[in-house]
Amino acid sequence: MSRLWELWKRLQSLSTDVQVRWKSMSRVQRLSGYVLGVLALYLAPWWPKIPGIGWLVNTPGTQFSTVLNDQVIIFVLVALGLNVVVGLAGLLDLGYVGFYAVGAYVVGVLTSQHASLPWLVVLPIAVVVSMLFGVILGTPTLRLRGDYLAIVTLGFGEIIRISAKNLDWLGASRGISDIGRPPSIGPLKFGVIDPKPYYWLGLTLVFLVVFCLYRLEESRVGRAWTAIREDEDAAELMGVNTFKFKLWAFAIGAAVGGLAGAHYAGKVGFISPDNFPLQLSILFLAAVVLGGSGNMYGAILGGIMVAWLPERFRNFTDKRVLVFGIALVLVMVFRPEGLLPRRVRTKSPMKPASDGQEVAQ
Amino acid sequence: MPDWLIVRTFWDLTVTGLALGSIYALVALGYTLVYGVLRLINFAHSEIFMVGTFSALIASTQLLNIPMLEDGNYPYRTGGTLVLFLVFILFAAMFISGVGAVALERIAYRPLRGNGDAFGAIVLAFLTSFVIGLIFVNETKANLIIACVGTAPISYSYLRFFKRGKKAPRLAFLISAIGASTAIAEAVGIWGPNRREQYQTPRILEKKVLFSALGTDVRIDYVIVIVGALLMMIALTLFVNKTKLGRGVRAVAQDAETARILGVNVDLIIVVTFALGGVMAGGAAMLFTMVYDQSRFNIGFILGVKSFTAAVLGGIGNLKGALLGGFMLGLVENYGSALFGGQWKDVIAFVVLLVVLMVRPTGILGESLGRARV
Repeated sequence: MSRLWELWKRLQSLSTDVQVRWKSMSRVQRLSGYVLGVLALYLAPWWPKIPGIGWLVNTPGTQFSTVLNDQVIIFVLVALGLNVVVGLAGLLDLGYVGFYAVGAYVVGVLTSQHASLPWLVVLPIAVVVSMLFGVILGTPTLRLRGDYLAIVTLGFGEIIRISAKNLDWLGASRGISDIGRPPSIGPLKFGVIDPKPYYWLGLTLVFLVVFCLYRLEESRVGRAWTAIREDEDAAELMGVNTFKFKLWAFAIGAAVGGLAGAHYAGKVGFISPDNFPLQLSILFLAAVVLGGSGNMYGAILGGIMVAWLPERFRNFTDKRVLVFGIALVLVMVFRPEGLLPRRVRTKSPMKPASDGQEVAQ
Repeated sequence: MPDWLIVRTFWDLTVTGLALGSIYALVALGYTLVYGVLRLINFAHSEIFMVGTFSALIASTQLLNIPMLEDGNYPYRTGGTLVLFLVFILFAAMFISGVGAVALERIAYRPLRGNGDAFGAIVLAFLTSFVIGLIFVNETKANLIIACVGTAPISYSYLRFFKRGKKAPRLAFLISAIGASTAIAEAVGIWGPNRREQYQTPRILEKKVLFSALGTDVRIDYVIVIVGALLMMIALTLFVNKTKLGRGVRAVAQDAETARILGVNVDLIIVVTFALGGVMAGGAAMLFTMVYDQSRFNIGFILGVKSFTAAVLGGIGNLKGALLGGFMLGLVENYGSALFGGQWKDVIAFVVLLVVLMVRPTGILGESLGRARV
């Protein structure tokens, strides 16, 4: 056991070494590092072909690029969105699948059920409608605290699913089929067989969302969220309009959830209420907390883990959910802050004069 | 009076709604107690209920040797035998659920509070080496052997880790609870008596009509459920209000730190709280199998969500609130499905919850386990 412990320590020091090296690199070197990393991500569908690590990532039973898009991208997008609500603003949302479903259903209704608009036009509509749903749900409920909010959001997720199941206008339990696909651009054909273009599209969406959320997090809004998460009363007293910022967190989270739903609907071409069970909300939340709530990269890691691990271990079919449950308990016992905990902000956000030249300039 | 469904069957709906509501109320008590003491949504409580239904099944088929059918009819018992059997099954379910709830607390929650003990370390180590073993071999017996071999060294290192004395953030508790809930349900689904299929419990109580009132035939099992739930609730209230341990529960609910300073054994109180919740869930499970004659490995999730809704509706952390919320939810669901159709009943339940919380943000009776009056 002590050997394992030494190994763990060695790994930790290795990671700090890498971090130090990375920081000491020149700007050009770092930029090329980023470019290589992004390129590697776009080439991910071919990872299983790499000798050595190929067997590690490959998913038996399902095509790897299908897993990448249908599971990993969706979970990463959703985890990013939910991280805003749970991790940044500290609002426990157990019905996030509702927004995901709204996004998917808007695409379904507008490209197949009642109109045949192109997918690309519907995408922003789906995002905006999900956002509206976020506001509609948030306005009456955000005055509730903590666990009351959890149960109400859970109810919301169920209401969306049951309504979709029982309203003929939304296709009832038959669901909606023949949903419009993203337009093909040149050699990029968004068809039924090849999931790679969808993956690339999804990855681009992820980068877009990461960029936007990163900007938000570092802004005044992000600081207001942190303040609310740490102590709502104190934040209110310091002059943060807590209700407004909580509503913003809800709306932005909902928008990202809707985006994920829209992407999902565009890929699979068929949605039914059974695609959006309550358990999915729980899985989404597990992804965020497992990775490290409050840290965007943690949420991404959590999304990847929750989506990819069950597919990787498909060969013990009936026991994988059991293993997942046990793994959740174990991770929480030994890393209660998640796999990648959020950075504790040591510097003042107002940047003291000694820290940066930007202030002086 | 118009000939609406709800008017014709109003009293029928009331009786069945109250029976369903009693089950909700009993399960809700577990949520409320744990929430009052630890401020934690014990998400795995519903699985304790599910385990209770299975205990009732095993107690009646294995221990009492009751067959599913006898001479082509239900294996009815009468008189003293019936009472004895029912009480035995009730205690079996209560016992197993109570033990299960206590074990759950020590495995999934106590390590997160920063003072895990040997029991939790051993079970977690066993589970870890079980999962690791699964990567290499997928055969139950071999897995178990690997798991047992790996338990000792891993639990030793876990125990050292447990002593760090740092409390985890609240979300970690919730996720741990969700993980435990998933694991329990799956374990029963994989190794339980009827795997993933629904199972029937032998019906030993003949469901006769006890009396008729207001044009409704009231069946005996409904009466037993409602009366039984009320009795258990009264017993629990007396326990919390009158005994020394109950006073400890209230003290910890009010302020755990101060209670610790004043000499209350907080860990013991938490164990008692979980045990009480588990016993109530076990009682609910037995009553449930008596009325509905069936259960399944995944029955817990939805029922747990409903019961938690009931607890919040009445005011979480409040014992009377759980009762009120449970009855109210049972009635609302029944009336709602008569008015709008069965498929909308969950929507109605949640809309009622939303409306109630908008008017009274802490439930109908408010949070009050910690106050002097419970």
